[in-house]
Amino acid sequence: MAATTEAFTLKSETPRRKRRDLIPWMFVAPCIIIILLVTIFPTVYSLGLSLTKWEIGLQERPFIGLGNYIELFSTARFWHALLITLLVVVIGVSIEFLLGFGLAQTLSGQMKGKRIVVAALLLPVMVMPVVVGYTWRLLWDAQYGPINQIIGWIIGQPFTYTWLAKTETALLAILVTEIWQWTPFMFLVFLSGLAVLDPEIFEAADIDGASGWAKLWYITLPLMRPIIVVALLIRGLDALKFFDIIFTLTGGGPGNSTETLSFYIYQMGYQFFRLGYGAAASFVLLVFLAMFLTYLLKAFKSAVGS
Amino acid sequence: MCHAIVLGPSAIPMSQDQVSICMVGFASAMMRGELMGLRTRKLLASSIRYVIAVVALAFFLFPIVWIILTAFKTPSEFLKSPPVWIPRTPSSIYFEHVVQTGGLRALSNTLIISTSTTLLALLIGSLAAYALARYRVGGDNLPFFILSQRFMPPVAVIFPFLLFFKALRWMDTHQALILIYLTFNLPYAVWMMRGFFMEIPREIEESALVDGCSPLGAFWRIALPLVSPGLVATGVFCFIFSWAEFFFAVAITKSQAVTLSVYIVNFFGKMMVQWGEIGATSIVSMVPLFILSFLVQRYLVRGLTLGAVK
Repeated sequence: MAATTEAFTLKSETPRRKRRDLIPWMFVAPCIIIILLVTIFPTVYSLGLSLTKWEIGLQERPFIGLGNYIELFSTARFWHALLITLLVVVIGVSIEFLLGFGLAQTLSGQMKGKRIVVAALLLPVMVMPVVVGYTWRLLWDAQYGPINQIIGWIIGQPFTYTWLAKTETALLAILVTEIWQWTPFMFLVFLSGLAVLDPEIFEAADIDGASGWAKLWYITLPLMRPIIVVALLIRGLDALKFFDIIFTLTGGGPGNSTETLSFYIYQMGYQFFRLGYGAAASFVLLVFLAMFLTYLLKAFKSAVGS
Repeated sequence: MCHAIVLGPSAIPMSQDQVSICMVGFASAMMRGELMGLRTRKLLASSIRYVIAVVALAFFLFPIVWIILTAFKTPSEFLKSPPVWIPRTPSSIYFEHVVQTGGLRALSNTLIISTSTTLLALLIGSLAAYALARYRVGGDNLPFFILSQRFMPPVAVIFPFLLFFKALRWMDTHQALILIYLTFNLPYAVWMMRGFFMEIPREIEESALVDGCSPLGAFWRIALPLVSPGLVATGVFCFIFSWAEFFFAVAITKSQAVTLSVYIVNFFGKMMVQWGEIGATSIVSMVPLFILSFLVQRYLVRGLTLGAVK
């Protein structure tokens, strides 16, 4: 009896099971199709575009191989944009990390009104980057901005420095703006990271007479390492695409001195209609991103498991 | 304990011997229950914390307060050097002007595009996420492949999109932006929802399947209601991303489908900057996101770190 039932189920299960195995794939299918259609296909198309001379006024789009890339690598403006992008990523994100970590370390533990403080500190993250750019443009304004006004109060005489008209200070302004918007992100992430650390470890360290710095260096940082890595990589990857704030804060200026790679590519496409050349530049950005991304995915695998 | 004393209000340089004498004294003071030193130290530490909190709040809130105040100033107030901080005769004139110059259309465009993208991303994304979490479709690599799409730089796909949309006559339309925003929200939604599905026990679904419920039914009627808080949180984040997006919006839209982020740029003229209108539009763009972020406070860290920190 048992044997016959088993045989029966086996026979009828095979085609049914096959259908069953297909169902999960059908669940994923719409998602995969959209990703292939809307992300992968354009990317491949863009790669093809980068190998052609696609310019306004040209009747033909001749295949020129690596011509666009060769031109790109011999253009000082491209290298400058790459440099600015990496400066924002490295300096901006490092300072965000240090400030965010310091702030989280200071405000962790019990405190009156902490919930409100944390919620308020987080608001910059929720402001549109375009709005952030305009707001800081007004703040830095030589005549109408409160920053010069406050400096004027401190030094005791009117101060009208044109921050955004000089390359060095325009870059400084960009960094301050980026740091203003994203330090709260780091702060929030580290605050919740610190909250789950086991207090017993610190008590044990206290008994052993460890100093505050020793506890930070030998306990907090190693335990927080996975979270720190993930936070840095997420921020770094997004900062590589830095565009909105440049658009509204400096417009890439003065001259082209604060252009990021994204802004440069946008200009190539929209001002000069050089789609092939712009696509080539976007592939260089993609390569940089892919390098970071491999680390991010590894960090994710160790942080969340799979 | 040493540094505790040095940190104290009456910090004076001490030799090694003095420090150890001090420590003994401190320890015996503690044993005798004389906690004055400790109490002042604690008081000092907590007041330092409050000072830092206040300084941080001032720095991070000042720009937001400034742009809000600007929306209520007269031109003679924000175009005064040095600037006037508090508007003397606040009025809603810039908001009226924003409404008259197509601000409502930009707002409704933003709402339509963000809402549609969010709903589509949630629907398609959670279905895929369910299969990834429960049936382990594609093993370990497929989820990570989908996640990696979230980081695609917009500039890498923009030129093909321009050409396609021109050919389809989709430039400056809602559907163009909805489709593009799906690119970024779908990977995010899949990844987040996969995390939420993996956290709920599978026994209920299994017994439902045994009782003859279809896999789709188990997903829709059992699993999805169980992860509804996660679904809402993920949806809010998708909404926020679409709402604030600028790069694609400025590249694809011109007049009909402009979103708030593109609309605001109109007020920044080469000759004259309409700061009042910029302030008013900024407020309109900020308030919904502030409210939404308060609603998902509990999931903020998780949402912002793509589930890596819970």
